[in-house]
Amino acid sequence: MRIEADLDRCVGAGQCVLTEPALFDQNDEDGRVVLLATEVDDGDDSAVAAVREAVHVCPSGALSLVDDR
Amino acid sequence: MSEQAVDPAAYPKVRTCPFAPEPEYAELRAKAPVTKVPMAGGGTAWLVTRHEHFRQVLGDPRMSSDLRHPGYPQLSPGQRAIADTMAPSMIGLDGPEHAAARRAVLGEFTVRRIEAIRPRIQQIVDDCIDEMLAAPRPVDLVRALSLPVPSLVICELLGVPYADHDFFQERSSRILRRTTSAESRGAAVEEIQAYLDGLVTAKEHEPTDDLIGRQIRKQREVGEADHDALVLMAFLLLVAGHDTSASMISLGVLALLENPDQLAEIVADPAKTLPAVEELLRYFTIIEAATSRTAVEDVEIGGVLIRAGEGVVALGSSANHDPEVFDRPDELDINRNARGHVAFGFGPHQCLGQNLARLELQIVFDTLFRRLPGLRLAVDVDDLPFKSDANIYGIYEMPVTW
Ligand code: SF4
Repeated sequence: MRIEADLDRCVGAGQCVLTEPALFDQNDEDGRVVLLATEVDDGDDSAVAAVREAVHVCPSGALSLVDDR
Repeated sequence: MSEQAVDPAAYPKVRTCPFAPEPEYAELRAKAPVTKVPMAGGGTAWLVTRHEHFRQVLGDPRMSSDLRHPGYPQLSPGQRAIADTMAPSMIGLDGPEHAAARRAVLGEFTVRRIEAIRPRIQQIVDDCIDEMLAAPRPVDLVRALSLPVPSLVICELLGVPYADHDFFQERSSRILRRTTSAESRGAAVEEIQAYLDGLVTAKEHEPTDDLIGRQIRKQREVGEADHDALVLMAFLLLVAGHDTSASMISLGVLALLENPDQLAEIVADPAKTLPAVEELLRYFTIIEAATSRTAVEDVEIGGVLIRAGEGVVALGSSANHDPEVFDRPDELDINRNARGHVAFGFGPHQCLGQNLARLELQIVFDTLFRRLPGLRLAVDVDDLPFKSDANIYGIYEMPVTW
């Protein structure tokens, strides 16, 4: 599954970084999200759950998890 | 200082139980989740009490944060007068203007940047506890730890001399107290502004290596010096940065002392402190009604039509005690997943300093209970002076011993 971030919406709260530091980071300039990976393995349940949690807690609706199949 | 009585019929309500939001909010959440009420500062506004609606209101770009809007909810007397005299700071801006102001300072508050000051916060906490240990007991936890830790941290970060803390602490608590008269609140705002105006001017002559100094350099690089915007930003960070964390430190320590089983879990396994911090933030929701908006277009929330121009108060304490989202919401349970709480607000304005607050709380709880395992209240809980009348809930004084 693909992870997408809408940088126009991101407000840099860092909730995603707290949820899954292996997948999300923030840039030092203005705090906006940096995706460390754009794919998450469908079979890795805990990774998928972490991304879902990040999508849920993101205050700006900047993140989405897209299933292209 | 003249004070004004709070109208008992008006909103937000004064807390009656130190450990729970007003019971009336639960009733509204069940029966009239979006309802029009009289406001403590005059006029009416829509009160939104459910978690789902809270997120909808604060995530909707048709809901304006501009405090000068005629329909903007008046939480306390005199709020309007202040909004009219001050240029809007970051919290009073909308859309791209707000995003630009926020992004200018956000780099200072990323998870990584805040984590980098962990050793300094640890040292500040240890120094405060050293002083507590050397002082005669009982010790007032608020003066000894709750206030100095966040004040020292935010002062160092901004580059404000800590020696002046009595000056701005007294004034910011006056601004935040709901019963403060309009004149007294206005004077407090002006005095802090004048102070910061002088400080920013000094740093403009000689930029220092702190947040204000770095902002000055950044502005010069892009060639758009905005002195007033910097003063406003410093004001916001200074006032918002210490009273809130101070309240959460006092209340958090109290709640953990009152729930010794849960405290024992944290002491045995410090990894539990992080979820405990989230749960404590949810449980108390100290800024229960700071999230106000004005609809700039007609907006439907929960089947209710809110008309353009009308004010809306999204009630965080109620959203965070919504049983649809949090099972047994009125119980403190550090083992629940409280991450979906809205204690830091929601949407584009969500608290900028949240990661700093989290780290301060985590370090304080871990260090305090490790170093003072026999910590206990020196008075009865019922005798503690709670800030039930303030826009930021907390405790004025908390005598402890060990
Ligand atoms: S949680 Fe959302 S708003 Fe915050 S940094 Fe991550 S993507 Fe951006």
